Amino acid sequence: MIELAFVLFIIASTVLLGVWATNKSQSVSDFFVAGRSVNVFWNASAISGEYLSAASFMGVAGLIMKNGYDALWYPVGYAAGYLFLLLFIAGPLRRFGAYTIPDFAEGRFHSPAFRKIAVSFVLFIGFFYTMPQMKGAGTVMQGIMGWPYWLGIIIVGSVITFNVALGGMKGITIVQAMQYWVKVFAISVPCFVVMSFLGSYNETLAKALEAPKGVPIIPGSVISMKGKAGAPNNALALSTAGESLVKFESDAVLTSISVNPKPKKEDTFDASGAILAIGSSLEVSSKSKGLTVPKDTLIRVMPFEVISAEGKKSKASLKLEFDQPSKIRVTAPRSQNDGDAFAPNSPTNEKWAAPFGPLTSKNGYPILYTYSLIIALVCGTAGLPHILVRFYTNPDGKSAKRTTLWVMVMLGAFYVFTPMWGSLGRTAMPILYASNSTDMAIIKLPTMLGNETIGHILAGITSAGAFAAFMSTFSGLLVSMSGAFAHDIYGKIIKPDSSSDQRKTAFKFAAVGIGAISMLLGLLVESFDIAMMVGWAFAIGAASYFPLLLLGSWWRGLTAKGAATGMLVGGMASLVAIVTTMLIDKKYVTLEVSPLVRSLMEQPAIWGVPLSIALMVGVSKMTAKQVPHDVDTMMLRLHAPEELGHSKDYIEH
Amino acid sequence: MDQQKASELSRRMMKKQLRLSLSVAAVFVVILVGLPLVNLYLPDLAKARVGGFTLTWLILGVLFFPLTWILSSWFVKGTERIDAEIVAEESK
Repeated sequence: MIELAFVLFIIASTVLLGVWATNKSQSVSDFFVAGRSVNVFWNASAISGEYLSAASFMGVAGLIMKNGYDALWYPVGYAAGYLFLLLFIAGPLRRFGAYTIPDFAEGRFHSPAFRKIAVSFVLFIGFFYTMPQMKGAGTVMQGIMGWPYWLGIIIVGSVITFNVALGGMKGITIVQAMQYWVKVFAISVPCFVVMSFLGSYNETLAKALEAPKGVPIIPGSVISMKGKAGAPNNALALSTAGESLVKFESDAVLTSISVNPKPKKEDTFDASGAILAIGSSLEVSSKSKGLTVPKDTLIRVMPFEVISAEGKKSKASLKLEFDQPSKIRVTAPRSQNDGDAFAPNSPTNEKWAAPFGPLTSKNGYPILYTYSLIIALVCGTAGLPHILVRFYTNPDGKSAKRTTLWVMVMLGAFYVFTPMWGSLGRTAMPILYASNSTDMAIIKLPTMLGNETIGHILAGITSAGAFAAFMSTFSGLLVSMSGAFAHDIYGKIIKPDSSSDQRKTAFKFAAVGIGAISMLLGLLVESFDIAMMVGWAFAIGAASYFPLLLLGSWWRGLTAKGAATGMLVGGMASLVAIVTTMLIDKKYVTLEVSPLVRSLMEQPAIWGVPLSIALMVGVSKMTAKQVPHDVDTMMLRLHAPEELGHSKDYIEH
Repeated sequence: MDQQKASELSRRMMKKQLRLSLSVAAVFVVILVGLPLVNLYLPDLAKARVGGFTLTWLILGVLFFPLTWILSSWFVKGTERIDAEIVAEESK
């Protein structure tokens, strides 16, 4: 209940602050971009507040807990992306004076047609990015209130949607800025308190590194497994470190039992003694499918040896996949009810702490996967529509750059805590591995302190932080997407002669519609890691907007046709690759692809970004006659210091 | 301003600015590309223990953030100097 109080407080104060600020928002330009009068410090707080999403707050810590070292690239990439934005894009974009990417697309090339293409990506990237925010809302409410996943999404989604529909962006600048500070407080202070109980960051890591082959030990408490709606997170991969007993605390259906890690064709092994039901006549084998297991059944699973074609020996065990949400306990034979079992679904200490662990080597191409992930994160930041729009709230190019510097400091100060939570989660709460809910580490960890009051207060603070995270990001996305709709689709295509009041109304309707679609999408993605989904939004941004902004700002030879082709093909190909991967994982589509292809589909940035850039350059060369005649003036507008008087605001007030 | 002058000025300005951006980016890219290579080819160095951390964890999980601050403040100082130079030259 303490947790709920904190969450309600953060929701109420956000809404009230938004309402208060709205009363001060007057002109249309205020409504869309908060005027242009926000100072560097507050603007940097607002950008950081808008940027630090559920993925940053919960997902990164969860992903580090789950995958260890490799997942460190996520916080680093999220923060480092701003460096590329700073070096190549922030200053020119602000000086150009357009305030959305579609404005830039049209203004730079005098091409209203290109604007329409550019708008479509605001919506693609935006929807991709709202999905993980929705998942965050659903799982937090599930975790602290025991609500079903969908209820959290509907309630939180509706509150934010109405807040945005009523407020516009001025309401949000101050709210976003405040929420940055809420998030930094919520991730740092509880972290220090938790460490004072459970051991410091480096001690925790040192402990994890002591026994390279070791796996954390879990108590024998009840574990809630997800059903097949949560696939692939409905799996219980028993540890290869030793024997485990699985006790069924509810009736369950196992869709399949299989060898884990998945053996190659040439591997030889004997899994006949690997699984057996104790004290029951249940027929169970390492290949059972659709097996009904009654309550109170006790199943023993033994690791076994796998010999590869080259004669290399390794250990494997079995993976149980659940059909419906079920309750189980996992214990070890030596102390049946007191636990001491090796945590299922957890990598060994060595694999967790060292590079090229389970995240990047799952398809067998760790280096490729690592670089592709880095490219997506580093280039993708520049492709996020709700972030770029904020750069126009700087008064000039110089302050845009200073703001970015501050943003990097603020983000670094936040992200440095995420691996601490991830490592603490591994040592103090390994049971989250078993239920595939490492995303909840930051919310649940405070309950492990052994002091109930402090535990609940800290969990309240982290829950409030998580709420601040998805509220701010979701509001920002909703503003950008509704703005794109009201401004570009309604204002330029459907009704070009609309008055500013009509556009304001269109904005409100768009916010409600887009909010509703986002909630529906959120219901579909319960099983995907939050940080993975955000990585995907980045990959699409990296292959579409990033090349447009980079080449558009620095290369005179770029033509509208070249830019549009590169953006469309690069962005759409990445989008298709990612959506296909998601459908395969959800088992909606069965498609056997080679591990190399699978890696490239799952992390498309390594080919998507070069493809997009190559097409932009290639097609621009072919259509070189269509380079805008006033490209020199454009370049002056983009790069000349304001003092020289070449800048111009694109939007008329 | 006539076309030729605009072209001359914008090229001169962009060259200066781009050189700075590319220098900072080059340092950063070397680090981004280099760290996975160190992990791959010098695993013993990557695994070396520094106060409970492995060296590679310390770099990626902690030191990377201040590194980006240093690079970006180098850039911001540089770009403000370049802008001031351009303004001074043009208003002569």
